[in-house]
Amino acid sequence: MSKKMSGASSLVQSLESAGVDVMFGLPGGAILPAYDPIFDSKIRHILVRHEQGAGHAATGYAQVTGRVGVCIATSGPGATNLVTPLADAAMDSVPLVAITGQVPSVAIGTDAFQEADIRGITMPFTKHNYLVTDPKDIPRAIAEAFYIAGSGRPGPVLVDIAKDALQKETDFVWPKELSLPGYHPQLEPENQFIKDAAALIAQSSKPVFYVGGGVIKANASKELMQLAELVGAPVVTTLMALGSFPDSHPQHLGMPGMHGTVAAVTSLQKADLLITLGARFDDRVTGKLSTFAVNAKVIHADIDPAEIGKNRFADVPIVGDLKRTIAALIPAVKAEFAKNQPDLSPWIASMNKLRATYPLGYELPKDGSLSPQYVIERISALTGPEGIYVAGVGQHQMWASQFVKYENPRTWLNSGGLGTMGYAVPAAMGAKVGAPDATVWAIDGDGCFQMTNQELVTCALNNIPIKVAIINNESLGMVRQWQTLFYEGRYSNTSLDSKRIPDFVKLADAMGCVGLSCERPEDVDAVIKQANAINDQPVVVDFRVFRDAMVWPMVAAGTSNDDIMIAREMAPDWDSQEL
Amino acid sequence: MSTHTLSVLVENSPGVLARVAGLFSRRAYNIDSLAVGPTENPDISRMTIVINVESHSLEQVIRQLDKLVNVIHIAELKLEDSVQAELLLVKISATSKNRFDVDAVIETYGATIVDEDSESMTIEATGDAAKISDLLNALERFGIRELAQSGLVAIERGSGSLADRTLSTQSIPTADSGQADYQN
Repeated sequence: MSKKMSGASSLVQSLESAGVDVMFGLPGGAILPAYDPIFDSKIRHILVRHEQGAGHAATGYAQVTGRVGVCIATSGPGATNLVTPLADAAMDSVPLVAITGQVPSVAIGTDAFQEADIRGITMPFTKHNYLVTDPKDIPRAIAEAFYIAGSGRPGPVLVDIAKDALQKETDFVWPKELSLPGYHPQLEPENQFIKDAAALIAQSSKPVFYVGGGVIKANASKELMQLAELVGAPVVTTLMALGSFPDSHPQHLGMPGMHGTVAAVTSLQKADLLITLGARFDDRVTGKLSTFAVNAKVIHADIDPAEIGKNRFADVPIVGDLKRTIAALIPAVKAEFAKNQPDLSPWIASMNKLRATYPLGYELPKDGSLSPQYVIERISALTGPEGIYVAGVGQHQMWASQFVKYENPRTWLNSGGLGTMGYAVPAAMGAKVGAPDATVWAIDGDGCFQMTNQELVTCALNNIPIKVAIINNESLGMVRQWQTLFYEGRYSNTSLDSKRIPDFVKLADAMGCVGLSCERPEDVDAVIKQANAINDQPVVVDFRVFRDAMVWPMVAAGTSNDDIMIAREMAPDWDSQEL
Repeated sequence: MSTHTLSVLVENSPGVLARVAGLFSRRAYNIDSLAVGPTENPDISRMTIVINVESHSLEQVIRQLDKLVNVIHIAELKLEDSVQAELLLVKISATSKNRFDVDAVIETYGATIVDEDSESMTIEATGDAAKISDLLNALERFGIRELAQSGLVAIERGSGSLADRTLSTQSIPTADSGQADYQN
């Protein structure tokens, strides 16, 4: 069974045995031995231009495929460049395995050239990590890393391997079994809590489904649809959950949170029951926690027991895989409804009225310049719900969450938890590799784009034809919005002048992409169609938009969801609503 | 705020102390004391952690701790159900002149003199936190030159053992090729 080979070959065999088909990386001294067998491997290796790009690309790949994404880098700076994507993946529960080279084991701890204690550095934001100094441990570490990354609540796992462990000869034995005495994700929900939850649902007249990204991770959209239609309650999907339940569905109220819809935010505030599925009561959703959904009981279903009760007490805690949990809830709720089914119609009517009164919208710029929201709306309309949309972080991200119409899971990728500017281009690259037949649009800001656009070179050279819409307001727009609202319009260091420098069209061209630009509303459709028609090269469109557009509605940081504003100094007209 | 004693069985692997300490630090949990040592099983160490928390967040601490892959089992040891002890080594200024007084104190607390010279004595004592604190108070009048104190260690009363109850040897099959669909 066992074969003699180098530790490096053992690593590559292990990755093949784990089912890896693609990895994103960049070699260097300590990882160099591994790159020799990579040269002959059937695994596709995509050479990035910066290790951060490798990490986000692995994340994009993982988010669209549901598989474990893989990135690889050398020791020291190579490894530390993976820190941001690992932290990002931890916050958004993305299954990643990161492989890093480490200095030879005898040099560890001596401040050797390109030495960094990446295991120590990444402890806080990896699900687990390894330092391997003995080549015989490589297959087991890799097998465990893939299992831990992909099971339970997914997350990133780092395997740091000393250079000498890659060089020495070893026996390759792929483990048949793993023994992890401290790791037992609970997949099966407890029956009693399912019953309690069903009973609570049958007693509630104002329930809301508060749906988080866990539904997408668990591939539970189909089950969610069945349960939601059975109960009939309104559904809100968080930033991480967009697409898990169709935007077009009549029960869907939109996204809750800081830039959520009035109906979604208010439904949580006024509910008597939150049916919480794979969400974590993040501060961007709850606003000021002590004023969040004060009259609601809470059913909280999550695969991670530590999420339950972390921010909000759960009347009914359900730990388990969401697909199984929701599937178990369906017959339990049916049984309860056979005895008593509450009348939700007044509640649904009041929420529908709110949704109709306060739809998402925007004002067109008075000077006739290009509206960023309009651009995003048209990209969605002309590309359709089968497209994959990847955003950076900031105003454009919020507009992409609001004005793209999502109908399918795994079609919306963004950095929700960590808020990583620069996520979009490399994540879109990984998404396109994972879903080569889909149209992949990175909707990016001019600030974000300037952080990671070098991966367009990688895209151009590796036949990864993504499309990038730069929503160019020549500003760090979200920060500028806060300066407008909270700092008397003192725009300290938020102006980027990116309509002058750089020239994004030339930059795109220099990187082997098609560069287009657009600044008139009447040209928007034509340029999007032109971009959508190009499938053999990456495309970058510089949309030169109105600078002072703002994201509304807004619940200002640290305030109550009850104080949601639909525009500057404009609250909804609560008196006309019966809630 | 209230004090709780957690007995935590962990894999005896490099970095596990850093993982536990790092978790407490980054989640802003207060540790009163932490003691690590071997157990009857060479692959497993026991950490005894005394924490100061609101009672509602004790569960949160335990659940976060349980997420560490190297943490095998966590039990809260209540004062009434466990034997708890700290080790104290204290060096006091004492000479043959007040030897008699010192003897009287240490006898009361079951402590022993483990080292002495013409100017000082080193006393060793074990016991729960209250006893150690009382002893220190009693010794204060001789002048405390230096002291070293361990974290609390604790063990459940009765014949039961945490390890017996919790160490399953359940193993997980790996897929030979193709990424296993672990989730569903």
